[in-house]
This record gives sequence, C-alpha cells and structure tokens, in this order.
Amino acid sequence: MATKASRSAARVMMAPAVVLLLGWMLVPLIMTLWFSFRTYLPLRGGDQGWTGFDNYVRFVTSSSFWPAISTTLVLLIGVLTITIVFGILLAILLDQPMWGQGVVRILVIAPFFVMPTVSALVWKNIFMDPTNGLLAHLWRFFGADSVSWLSDAPMVSLIMIVSWQWLPFATLILLTAIQSLDGEQMEAAEMDGASVLSRFFYIALPHLSRAITIVILIQTIFLLAIFAEIFVTTGGAFGTRTLSYLIFQRVLESQNIGLGSAGGVYAIILANIVAIFLMRIVGKNLD
Amino acid sequence: MARAVTNQRKMINTGAAWIIGLLIFFPILWTILTSFKSEAQAIADPPIFLFFDWTTENYSTVMERSNYGRFLWNSIFIAGGSTILGIIIAVPAAWSMAFVPSKRTKDILLWMLSTKMLPAVGVLYPIYLLFIQFGLLDNVYGLTFVLMLINLPIIVWMLYTYFREIPGEILEAARMDGATLRDEILYVLTPMAIPGIASTLLLNFILAWNEAFWTLNLTAAKAAPLTAFIASYSSPEGLFYAKLSAASTMAIAPILILGWFSQKQLVRGLTFGAVK
Amino acid sequence: MGQITLQKVTKSFGDVEVIPPLDLDIQDGEFTVFVGPSGCGKSTLLRLIAGLEDITSGHISIDGNDATDIPPAKRGLAMVFQSYALYPHMSVRKNIAFPMRMAKMDQAEQDRRIEQAAAALNLTDYLDRRPGQLSGGQRQRVAIGRAIVREPAAFLFDEPLSNLDAALRVGMRMEISELHKKLATTMIYVTHDQVEAMTMADKIVVLRAGHIEQVGSPLELYRNPRNTFVAGFIGSPKMNLIEGEEAAKNGGHTLGIRPEHIDVSATEGQWQGTVGVAEHLGSDTFFHVHQTGLTDTITVRAPGEVSFRHGDTIYMTPRTEQLHRFDDKGLRIA
Repeated sequence: MATKASRSAARVMMAPAVVLLLGWMLVPLIMTLWFSFRTYLPLRGGDQGWTGFDNYVRFVTSSSFWPAISTTLVLLIGVLTITIVFGILLAILLDQPMWGQGVVRILVIAPFFVMPTVSALVWKNIFMDPTNGLLAHLWRFFGADSVSWLSDAPMVSLIMIVSWQWLPFATLILLTAIQSLDGEQMEAAEMDGASVLSRFFYIALPHLSRAITIVILIQTIFLLAIFAEIFVTTGGAFGTRTLSYLIFQRVLESQNIGLGSAGGVYAIILANIVAIFLMRIVGKNLD
Repeated sequence: MARAVTNQRKMINTGAAWIIGLLIFFPILWTILTSFKSEAQAIADPPIFLFFDWTTENYSTVMERSNYGRFLWNSIFIAGGSTILGIIIAVPAAWSMAFVPSKRTKDILLWMLSTKMLPAVGVLYPIYLLFIQFGLLDNVYGLTFVLMLINLPIIVWMLYTYFREIPGEILEAARMDGATLRDEILYVLTPMAIPGIASTLLLNFILAWNEAFWTLNLTAAKAAPLTAFIASYSSPEGLFYAKLSAASTMAIAPILILGWFSQKQLVRGLTFGAVK
Repeated sequence: MGQITLQKVTKSFGDVEVIPPLDLDIQDGEFTVFVGPSGCGKSTLLRLIAGLEDITSGHISIDGNDATDIPPAKRGLAMVFQSYALYPHMSVRKNIAFPMRMAKMDQAEQDRRIEQAAAALNLTDYLDRRPGQLSGGQRQRVAIGRAIVREPAAFLFDEPLSNLDAALRVGMRMEISELHKKLATTMIYVTHDQVEAMTMADKIVVLRAGHIEQVGSPLELYRNPRNTFVAGFIGSPKMNLIEGEEAAKNGGHTLGIRPEHIDVSATEGQWQGTVGVAEHLGSDTFFHVHQTGLTDTITVRAPGEVSFRHGDTIYMTPRTEQLHRFDDKGLRIA
C-alpha cells in the first residue's frame, strides 16, 4: 500500500515527531558543544570567551576525573554482575512449575516500579541507618557492631540499592527469553545424555545470550546516567561521585558551565559507543 | 513441553520462589507496614513486624504538613499530560512507519531510539538555560513537554510494534470503503490497536511518574512532582520514619498497581521489540 | 455502470518493472478473471485498478472518466480481499454498514440495504456477531455484503476463495457467479486457479510476468491458445507439449495435444508407451505414460472403465483435428 498520496500523507504525519526530536537532540547538543569550548562561569564573570580544548583537558586532568571514572565502572560492573547472575537464576526458578507463580512474579517485579527517590530514601533511612535501620537491628541481633553503610561501605550500599531496582528488569527480560526456549530441544539434549549442567551451558545459555546482551546494553545506558539514587543518598560524597554526577556538580553546583559541558560531551560520546551496539541488535530485529 | 513434575519438586520450587520473592518485595512491604506505625514503634528495637498499634495518623500528618495534594496533582499532570501528548504525536508517526514503510523508516526508528540514549546530564545546562529564557523553570507545562520528548521514542516504538501486527489489508479495505485517512485512523486503526495503545499509555505513565532527573533539576516548589516531594525528606530531622514511609507509600502505591497490569508490555516497551 | 479501460499502464517498484505497458478493456457488466501463476502481476494489476497502488505511467479510466489520480475511496469500486479484511472490532452489521457510514448515507436507507444484503447472503442470524465468531465461508459472505451495499461500479475480488477448504470453495464459486448474474455489475476476479477462471469468467486475461498473454472467453482460450504458455495453463490436466521429430512431422516446433483428445488402445495406435501411474477417478481415468520417445510423460484422459495397470503397454492415437502447432517462439501456427 503505497501510493503517492499515502506516502506524502506519511511524511506529513511523521513530521511533528521527527521535528520535535530533531530539535530536542540538536539544540542542546550544539549548545553543549559551544559552551564546552568557552570559559563560562555565570556567577564569576559570565562568558569569558573561547578557550579551545582547555575545558576538555582540564576535565580529564582534574583530580576528580579518574576517581569518577572508576566509581562509574565499579557501579556499572557491580550492578550488571549482580542483576545478570541473579536474574538468570531467578528467571530459571520462576520458569519452573509452582503454585502461585503469578503472585511471585508480581513480588519480584515490584521494585522496578518504585520511584528512584523513594527507593534511595527508604534504603538510606529505614534499612541502612546505623542506629535505627533494619540492617543495624539485624547486625545487633547477631551480636555484630552495626555498620554505617553509606559512609563506611558507600559503593557496596549504592550497588545494593541500584541492583535491587534493576534486578526485576533483568529477571523479567531473561524470563521472557527462557520461556521462548524450545522445550523439545531440551528434551532432545536430555535424550542425548546431556546433564543438567551441560544442558544449561550448551543450550540455555547460548539461547539467552541475546537477551543478556540486551539487558547489559540497556542497563548500561541507564546506569551511566544514574542520578537520583546518588543525589538522595550520599550527594556524591564518600567516593560515590560517578561521571554523570561529577558533570552535574560542575554545571549546577560550581556553575562552571564550560568545564561541565566538556564533561557532558565525554558522557555523550561514551553513551553513544554503548548505543551503537544496542542499535545494531535492535536494527537486526527490524528486518 | 509440559512434563509431569513430582509434587515434591513442585513444593521445593514453590518454597524457594516464594522466599526469594518475599525477600525482594520486603523493602516495599516494610515501608508500607511502617507507614501505619507510630514514630516510636517505627524505630522500636527489636523491630515490630505486625503486632503494633495500627494508625493512619502519619498519612493525615503528611497531607496536612506538606501540601501533598499539589505534588500529587503535579505528578499526575506531568506524567499524564506528557504521555497523552506523546501518544497524539506518535500515533500518526507510527502509522506512517508501520503502513507506509520506506527505505528510511528503519533509520528513522533507530535514530529516534538514539535520542533516548543522550545522557541527560550532557544537555542539562542548555535545557536549564532555555527554560530560564522561556520562563519555564518550575513550570508544569515545561516539564510536561520535556518528559514527553524523553518518552516519545519509546511511545513511537511501542505503537509501531503494535501497529505492525495489524494487517495492512484491513486499512486498505477501509480505504476502498470510502474512508479518508482521518476515518481510517480514527475508526479502524485506533479501535483495533486499543490494547496496544493502552499498554503504551500505561508504561509511559509509569516511566514519566518515576522520572527523577529533570523533575528534580527543573522544579523548585510550584511545579514539583512527587519525586521532588520525596527527595525533600532526605535530610533527617528527628523521628520521621513513619511519616517518610507514609509519604513513600502514597508516592509508589498508584504506580505499583498500574505496574502490575503492565508487566507483560514492559519487556516489549523497554527492549524495543528485541526480546519476545 | 462499470466500464474500465487501461491504457499503456505500467508499474515499477524501484527499478523493477512488474507491469510493462499494458492495454485492457473491460466492458460494463462483464465478469473478467485475471489468471496466472503466482508473481505474474495479477494482484498488482487489480490493486492498480483499485487505486491502492499508483501506476507509474499510463491512464486508467472508469466509465470514461480519467481515474488515474483519483484516490481509492473515490473510485466507486468495492473490493473483496483474500484475507476478507473484516473489521474485527465491529459487528457484522457495522462491518456491512461501514462504507455507507463513510458515505454519510441516511440511516433508514443503511438499515434497508443491510437487511437486503443479509437476506441475500444468509447472514440475517449473524448480524450482531463479531467476525471472529464466524466460519470462513460466513466471513467471506460478510466481505461480499460489505461490497454489495455500496452498489459499486465494479467489484474487485483478490483471490477470495483461496483461504476456504475445497468443498466450500466450489459452493462460493457458484454463489459469486449467481450474484454476478443477479446484479449484472462488472466484476474483476483475480485467481491462480484456472478452474475458477474457466467456470466463472466471461472473459479471461492470462498474465505472465506482467504481460497479457491472451484475452478471450474460456472456450476461445481452450480451443485456440495463442501460445504454449496459455496452452499449458488453461485446461486440466495440462496439455501435452511435444517437441522434436514428431512435432516437425506435423509442421511445427512444438506440438500440443490435450489429454482428452487422445484415444487409447491395448493393441494398436500411433504412439506406444508404458503406463507409469493410472489415476482412477471413477468417471475418468488419467494415465501417465512413459517411454513414448516423444517427451518425458504423456498424460491421457480416458473413460472410467478403461483399465491399464502400471507397466502395461499402451497405444495412443491423437485426434488430428485437435492438434495444436506452435513455432519455435512458442506462438500458435494458424
């Protein structure tokens, strides 16, 4: 169904979405690029002209850059590992016959729907508070000294909170993928004498590899941009300053727009590298 | 293949799954329970699980003290408005891409997706500046517009995947029956795609409701939705667990309920059809 | 009214020309069948007439008016699709009413026409059901009902029976033929099934690779196929096509003889061969004969009682007056 009339109608009807997104992408992007080459301190003299690549150099040579990169990576790898390993196990468990499967599914998925500020705040106070938190009670019950989680083990705490939020997502997607696994294939392997473990490693895992890749890519994009959890719990203190939080601080807290924008350009490049891989997979699926 | 499973095996599965499920759900459950305790009981040592004096006073305190109604209304307005606006813009676009595909359709879809991956922090200042320029800072309309733009790619994508399941012949039949483009979309496509449109609506409402970067950075008091309301509790001032829990419960309860309805569509919406 | 004329119509998808310049006249009230193997462009041609696809060049006129640039909704044609394309969210009544609703027809008139169509198509008891609750044949009738109520200039059918089972197909075939006699409206019918073409058409258009191979009444095509393609396509079982010495002896490059135009004998005849498979249908028997020295297999149609078995020697004599001769380009030699 493609006549000249319908094709031109299609163009007209696509225009609002395309124009809006194009504007949404280009206008801020160009402004960020512009600022990144300028010395721009709104509270200390405003726009002071071109500086070339100064901001880019200063951003990566500042003492907080490498710690931020390592924090970002630790958070990313920690959360990805936890959510994927436990996600696979949980998905396999949920795929087994049981009573009340629907209810359990709902219980497992629930954290995904919790507002990030709520989950950060609840974990910070009700669970991780060193005196009144539930974990402190638990520690004391076993005779241990309570831990002040967010200052003594900030990264562990942060990874725990974020993993709790993202485990449902990984589980749900992996469960969907497992359910599409051909049961006869598994039975054939069983007939061929494959053990439970080799069935998992040679059949289930390869079947899941695509879903796992997608989980990794999508979570990476969201985790690189993580904000509210840090904002509410530590405010970037105790070595929990990720790259995006660092940029946020440069821009809004220290009002160094040029420097922050250069950081923003780095973040955009980083996100695009991940995005390219994700789009390849999604794109293949379109044909 | 469904296979006969011994009851024993099934019981072990059930036990394990329920324990893990409850463990994962526990923080939410505990928050809800705490919201019905008095502040003293909320921090009692050892903690009280169920046998406390149930009270709803925390809810009334929170509502009186913090103008909860306005935050709630802002959340509903921003999430609802951005989703509906997004759908109005996305339906025609998705119609075009699903039923009049061209060589560029795939590129356009992927490009739309790529805008979703732009890290917000990278464009924070420009948006901030533009908002100041146009007087949109701390303004619900401005925020609605931004959240619409953020979720537009997902809305277009979801609708596109739903529309593709509708046979083109039916739309052609409508055309042969004398329907104009408007009639075709209004009387044939939309009613047929109602389940898909509803899921899209639901999921995007949830995503917009929970969005916490732009809502925190572009609002102060007037336009602040529940995300900001909750964040305002981040500095502890004495005994406040029960009230924090009540506020939290109010902020997440509506979305938990909606979320449970949308769990099936979640996968499609968040993986862009790449996992089925 | 429903006279449709195609002048030098072409259609290309990108660089691929699927319809080379094509001229065709369809008279008012005529039942025209487009037939050809899959991929021959017959459905594309129908969609060009419907306006669902643009023609690349040329003109289409309906009742003398240029319709080339008129959108499908305004051409006054009704179409029945292969998948029926019923609106799943509407009841049968609303499905049938839809084109009238689009035309903003008066409600009383709509109801009258719906009742009339439902009665004619045996749908009266099903008017309040959804398409999903109907059988294949009933859905087909709803699709036809939706087409009838508009009183179109012409009906377009795109392989409408291919989703039905064999028994139902024969029944619907007759219903559509009867409908045509009753309405006397132009109908254009696309099919890959030459039996449908032969039984229903006033005029058959045989298509191959977008080309019209021949236009004519069913019997014209059967008696005087213009080339080997039409000869092989029309008629069942297929015409035997023989090349080589035997053809040359009869004055052609290719010699054609229909299975029903060969007489068989156990003792003598012009050609000799060995029976490979004998298919007994009761009324007729088909023999597939090998080792004739003419071509791989010669198919013969004999009366039901004639009995040869696998491996038997069989003698065959073609009826000379029924022989078809074709030249080296496959064209008929008059």
